[in-house]
Amino acid sequence: MPLSEQEKPLLQVKNLKKYYPIKKGVISRTVGYVKAVDDVSFDIYPGETVGLVGESGCGKSTTGRSLVRLEDPTAGQVIFQGKDLAKISNKEMRKLRTELQIIFQDPYSSLNPRKRIGDLLAEPLIAHKLATRSEADKKVNEILEIVGLSKQYKNRYPHEFSGGQRQRIGIARALMLHPKLIICDEPVSALDVSIQAQVLNLLKDLQKELKLTYVFIAHGLGAVKYISDRICVMYLGRVMEFATTKEIFEHPLHPYTEILLNAYPIPNPHMRDRKQIVVEGDVPSPANPPKGCVFHTRCPFAKDICKEKIPTLTGKGHTVACHFPLESVNV
Amino acid sequence: MAMNLNPNKNVPETEGLKSSEQILLQLGEEESYLHMVMRRFLKHKLAVAGLIVFGLIILIAALAPVISPHDPNKIFGEFEAAPSATHILGTDPVGRDVMSRLIYGAQVSIAVGIGAVAIYVALGIVLGLVAGYFGKWVDMLIMRLTDIFMSFPYFMVILVLVSIIGPSLFNITFVIGLLGWPAIARLVRGSVLSIKEMDYVKAGVALGYSTPKILFQHILPNALAPILVNATFGVASAIIMEASLSFLGMGVRPPAASWGNMLTQAESITVLSSQPWLWIPPGLMILLAVLSINFIGDGLRDAIESQNAK
Repeated sequence: MPLSEQEKPLLQVKNLKKYYPIKKGVISRTVGYVKAVDDVSFDIYPGETVGLVGESGCGKSTTGRSLVRLEDPTAGQVIFQGKDLAKISNKEMRKLRTELQIIFQDPYSSLNPRKRIGDLLAEPLIAHKLATRSEADKKVNEILEIVGLSKQYKNRYPHEFSGGQRQRIGIARALMLHPKLIICDEPVSALDVSIQAQVLNLLKDLQKELKLTYVFIAHGLGAVKYISDRICVMYLGRVMEFATTKEIFEHPLHPYTEILLNAYPIPNPHMRDRKQIVVEGDVPSPANPPKGCVFHTRCPFAKDICKEKIPTLTGKGHTVACHFPLESVNV
Repeated sequence: MAMNLNPNKNVPETEGLKSSEQILLQLGEEESYLHMVMRRFLKHKLAVAGLIVFGLIILIAALAPVISPHDPNKIFGEFEAAPSATHILGTDPVGRDVMSRLIYGAQVSIAVGIGAVAIYVALGIVLGLVAGYFGKWVDMLIMRLTDIFMSFPYFMVILVLVSIIGPSLFNITFVIGLLGWPAIARLVRGSVLSIKEMDYVKAGVALGYSTPKILFQHILPNALAPILVNATFGVASAIIMEASLSFLGMGVRPPAASWGNMLTQAESITVLSSQPWLWIPPGLMILLAVLSINFIGDGLRDAIESQNAK
C-alpha cells in the first residue's frame, strides 16, 4: 500500500528493547541478559499489513507481544493513539485493549478447553460491558458467519474442532471488540497448507471489510509475501531491513534478506543452477550477541568495520542496517 | 515462488467435515467433558459402590431425626444392655440407645468431613492461584508459609489448638480447615504455573479481562481435576481426624454423639471382650465411611486423569 506522506502512523515503535535476565545460583543473581529485542523502531500506518520475518529466536514474537503489552518492554516506547503503552496504568491499558488484539500461533492452546464457543466469543463484549448477554449472542452469530462457521457450533467445546476451525474461532474472538490493529503471531504456521490458504484469505477479506491493520509475524516468506504491504526483516533482535514487499523481493539490500529469499525453495527445476549466497554457521546466542553488526559472523561480505561498528538503519522508504548494502557490492 | 494459494474464496463451505459433523450433531453424540468423566467413573465398580455407601451415610445423617428409633440422649433404665427388640444395638453404660447415637454420629462425621475440607480447599485454591499467577516475592512468601505449616506434626498442632480454643464440633472443623490448605495450595500453584503460559490465558490478558476473572474463570476450571480428587481423599482423613480427636476427648463433647467418642468406651477391657455392640458398630461405620470415600476418590482420579491425554 503506497504511503502518503501526510498520513499519521497508527502505531509507533521507538527503540523498543526487551531483555530477559539470566539468573543463576541459589540467590538467583543476574549474570547476564538475553537480548530478545534490541533497539527496534518502526511505524505502522492504518490499513496496511506489516510482515515481521526472521529465523526462530530473532525476537519477532516478542516484538509482537510487546505491542499488545503481553510483555513489558525493558526500554523504549510503543505509541498508540498518543499514549505510550509501556507507561500507562493497567486500568488505562485495559480500555485500550479493545483496539489492539492478537491472534496466536497454536490454535490448540489459544482456546480455553472448558468454555463453549458461544461463551468464549461473547465473553469479551460482556467483560467490557459493551453488550448484554442477548446482544452479545447476536453478535456471536454474526461473527461466526463472517469467519465461515455455522452458528450451531456455539454450544460446542474447542476440542470438537479442527485446527483450521479453531484458528477461525481465535480470529473471531480477536474481532469481537472491533480492534483497529491485530497482531497475527504466526497464525498459519501450525496449520496444513490447504487450510493456511483459507485462513490467509479470510484475514485478507476481513482487512478489506473491517479496515483492519495487521502486524503479521511469520517465518515462512510465502505467507508474508502474500499478505504484507511492507516487510520488516529481523535478525537477533534487531531490524535488518524494512521496505515494501515488492522492494524486499526484487531489490533486497541486506545480505541477510538475500539469504532468506534464497533459502525459500522455488518449484522450478530450470532455476536449479541459480547463483545463491548460502549462509553458514548458526545464529549466535542472543545472550552474547556479536559486537558490531550482529550478522557479521555469518555474512559473506563482512569487512573489519562490521566487527566494530553497529550499522544504523538508513534510507528513506527502504531502510537497511548494513555498512555495505547489496547494491554497492556486485552480486 | 508463491505457495499454491488457490483463492478459496468460499471459505465457509469448504471444510468438508461439515456434513458429517452435522449428522453427529443430530445424533447428539457430542460429549461434554462432564459426561465423559461421568461415563468413565461409572465403569469403576468399586467407586460406584463407594458412592452408593457414602450416599446412604449422607442420607442417614440428613434423616437422623426421622429414622432414629429413640432420642440419642434419652437415658433408659437398662444400661449396657445387650441388643434386643427395643434397642437393636443395645444400650451404652449410661443407658442411651446405641443405634440412635450411631445415626446421629453420622451427622458429626459428615459435617466435619465436608466442612473442614470446604474451608481448606477454598483457602488453598486462593493462595495457590495467587502464588502461581503472580510469582516473584508473592509466590516466595506463600510457598515458604506452606513449608512452615507442613513441617509441624499435623496431629499435635490440631490437638494443641483444639485444647486451647476448646473442643466442640465447630472448633475442630475450623482447626482442621485452617491447617489443611498447604497441600491444596501446592497442587494449585503447580497447575497454575503451567496453565498461565497457555495462549488462552494470554488471550484473556490481551482481551482486557480482569485478573480475578482470568484466575477464577480461565485458570481455575482447568486446574480443578486434581483438586477435586485431593479434596475427596481429604474428606476421609478429616473424618478419621475427628474420630481420633473425639476418641481422645478433644473432639465432639459428650453427651453429643460421635463415632469417635462412642469408641472411647472400648478403652475398658470388659467392653472390648464382652460387650462388642458398644464398639463394633461405630468402628464399622468409620471404616465404611472412609473406605467408600477413598474408592470414590480412586474412581474420580482414574476418570479424570485418563482423559488428560486429550
